[in-house]
Amino acid sequence: MPGEATSACWSCGTMREVHFCSACGKVQPPVPVDYFTFFGFPRKLNIDTAQLEREFYDLSRKLHPDLYARAQTQEQQWSLEQSSQLNDAYRTLKDPIRRTQYLLRLEGIELEEQSKAATEKARTTGEVKKQVVPPDLLEEVFDLNMQLQELRMQKQVGEDDPALLEELGKHKLELEGKFEALLDELKSYWKQWDAAVDSGAEEDRRQILSKMLDLLNRRNYIRNLVRDVNEALES
Amino acid sequence: MASERIVGIDLGTTNSLVAHMQGDTPVIIPGEDGLNLVPSVVALDDKDQIIVGNAARKYLIETPERAVYSIKRLMGRGVDDVQDELRFFPFRLAEDLQPGEVLRIKLGHKTFTPPEISAFILRQLKRNAERYFGGSVSKAVITVPAYFNDAQRQATKDAGRIAGLEVLRLVNEPTAASLAYGLDKKQNGTVAVYDLGGGTFDISVLNLHDGIFEVISTNGDTHLGGDDIDNLLITIALDDIRGDMGLDLRRKGEVVQAIRKAVIEAKIALSTQPSTTLDVSLPDGRRYQREITREQFEELITPIIDRTVGPVKQALKDAGKKPEQIDEVVLVGGSTRIPRVRALVEELFQRKPHTDLNPDEVVALGAAVQANILGGGSDATENMLLLDVTPLSLGIEVAGGVTDKIILRNSTIPASATQHYTTQVDGQSNVAIHVLQGERELAKDCRSLARFDLKGIPSMPAGLPRVEVRFMIDANGILHVTAREQRSGKEAEISVQPSYGLTDEQVEGMILDSFDYAEEDFRQRQLIEARNEANTILTALGKGRDNPGWHQLTSNERKQIDKLEAALRTVMKGDDYQGIRKAIDALNQGTTRLAELMMDTAVTSVLKGKSMDTADVGEGPAAPHPVAKADFE
Repeated sequence: MPGEATSACWSCGTMREVHFCSACGKVQPPVPVDYFTFFGFPRKLNIDTAQLEREFYDLSRKLHPDLYARAQTQEQQWSLEQSSQLNDAYRTLKDPIRRTQYLLRLEGIELEEQSKAATEKARTTGEVKKQVVPPDLLEEVFDLNMQLQELRMQKQVGEDDPALLEELGKHKLELEGKFEALLDELKSYWKQWDAAVDSGAEEDRRQILSKMLDLLNRRNYIRNLVRDVNEALES
Repeated sequence: MASERIVGIDLGTTNSLVAHMQGDTPVIIPGEDGLNLVPSVVALDDKDQIIVGNAARKYLIETPERAVYSIKRLMGRGVDDVQDELRFFPFRLAEDLQPGEVLRIKLGHKTFTPPEISAFILRQLKRNAERYFGGSVSKAVITVPAYFNDAQRQATKDAGRIAGLEVLRLVNEPTAASLAYGLDKKQNGTVAVYDLGGGTFDISVLNLHDGIFEVISTNGDTHLGGDDIDNLLITIALDDIRGDMGLDLRRKGEVVQAIRKAVIEAKIALSTQPSTTLDVSLPDGRRYQREITREQFEELITPIIDRTVGPVKQALKDAGKKPEQIDEVVLVGGSTRIPRVRALVEELFQRKPHTDLNPDEVVALGAAVQANILGGGSDATENMLLLDVTPLSLGIEVAGGVTDKIILRNSTIPASATQHYTTQVDGQSNVAIHVLQGERELAKDCRSLARFDLKGIPSMPAGLPRVEVRFMIDANGILHVTAREQRSGKEAEISVQPSYGLTDEQVEGMILDSFDYAEEDFRQRQLIEARNEANTILTALGKGRDNPGWHQLTSNERKQIDKLEAALRTVMKGDDYQGIRKAIDALNQGTTRLAELMMDTAVTSVLKGKSMDTADVGEGPAAPHPVAKADFE
């Protein structure tokens, strides 16, 4: 298994597991490993979340600072580092979107352009954010922006057009439906990714990563649209 | 195992309690008066002795300028934060407060910070426990509202230290309550804890799973509780008296306190009776009498208790739970005795809440359970483990005054996260790190926790430096921040010193000052001073070992010093101050020759100059805030 340490326990000298000694149970100095390795999982996206939860509880029982309240300062520090790593890893892996984003980052792909930070950066520097509209949404986005503009104008002059509101509400529902459907699509890529990990085909892996990146960008894009509609309706 | 005594303390707005684990059961330790609750009231008597608890209550009415209650509302807060409180509470701030200084409250002609006043209460609880055990107590678990921010937590920890307690853990109050509840029940499921106390409201949703108490979400309001109900009723009574009797009593501290006592009694009576009468004798000999029905009371307090609805809904949403997915609702805090509050909870969760536990005591009992777990556990607590969360998101201010969140609320603690930033201006040598806590998008709307500058970044074009900011929240929910410029290795590390917090030196000073107010405890003071002195000599010795003079000693001399050092370190752990003094003297004598050798080499080392590996932290010219996440190759 990747990341399996081969060194000896600092306390009793037995060969140890990654996070704690299998013989005497003492916490070990933290090793910088990725979150999949931390749990001893392969770098695959279909994770048995029930097993993940079990591992999380088991490791918590061995690493949590409460168990080291009477230990030496050094062990307390290790326990703090280890259990924060455990919590961070669990939080990331249990959520399907965070898990996928994390894998992309591990594979060297940043989602920068769609991130909130990038939006804020663009806002403060005045640069136009490079935001690619997913091609199949072009027409819809165009329509929607027209409607949003109309709504804002109407609101300025204090008019109220029920037909427009209904139209926008329908749009919003459609977008939300698309947003939900993306999760199923993402899961189909997970399968492909996991198969590619097994077969080791580098070309396949790159392709799937890029598909997942597109999907996450789309997802963010749709989420932002829904947010815009909500803001326009509420303002 | 003969475990050391660790007590659990509920440091409440209205009442405080201390508890410990007796065999398999947590029990409250009563005070000398036989009562479990110690009112969180502190007064200064005419001999300038500190009086705490029930005995202090009469000062509230007789000499209100020498007494204080509900000090918890001021913990970790600045002058600007507390203007609202000052309208309703008779807190008298020191006149000479400087901007940015920790608040000081006047008691008679003396002034104390909120942590010092809390420390008086803790010291009383410590004494109660020591009398009960017939031995010293120096370690405690202290509970805090789950929704307390970093500054409020730090202030509570400081209070513990000032009171001479090593605070092994700060535990969130609703979580502590769930421990006491779970110890009884031992079953799996999802539990919501609704905690409406004297001054604070918390709601927490937990998963109970084979002894693991996993908090999934928490929310609340640190300024919402029974106090608000009391203040509303007091205002109404004062208005009545002014309108109907032509008497303006708003500035008469003693009368206001008498009215406060009467409305609290009325509030309590209305939990069991359909109506009651407020009855207060006024300074001019007349009486103010007014009947209040439960119906009127409920109508009056509805706007206050409805403020708990928002946090409850948010906590459920964050937990991803619908009300019907909650298996049990546990009520905590004295204000949950009010029938209207119970009805609201029932409505929100569509089930009858669990009311078997004494809502005043359950938090302290839970703190005792956690104390037992930290002390190594027992049969009753075997396999029990608490996994708590951070109630508020933490981040830093980036260019444009925007909050960049680094750790999101409801993350299980300990938690850590790292974020990268870069500079805005060519050749920028300083980056201002402004640490924030809160959910709002703009920095000015979040709580400012600390500011520091990362200095001395070598000149580089804008966008090239790579500033890594690392956040670590420990198991107490307290944040530690490090910042590093990775291309140059410049580093700044702070354990976040809250904007309205005490420095370590101030706390040390207060620990010593506090003994002036205690009757006994000279031994304690001696012990602390001896330990401080021991630390000084050990630090000096550590430096001595790096000195060339060390290597001019014979191996026998070095061995002798090692032996004396080990002896001092051992005796320091105990509380025999005379023993520590002896060991210090012995080490002092044993290192005389080393000191002489060091003097000889001192001149050369001055010429060597200093290497500055660490970036300065603290004051300095205003530096620009970093820019969010750089794109790196």
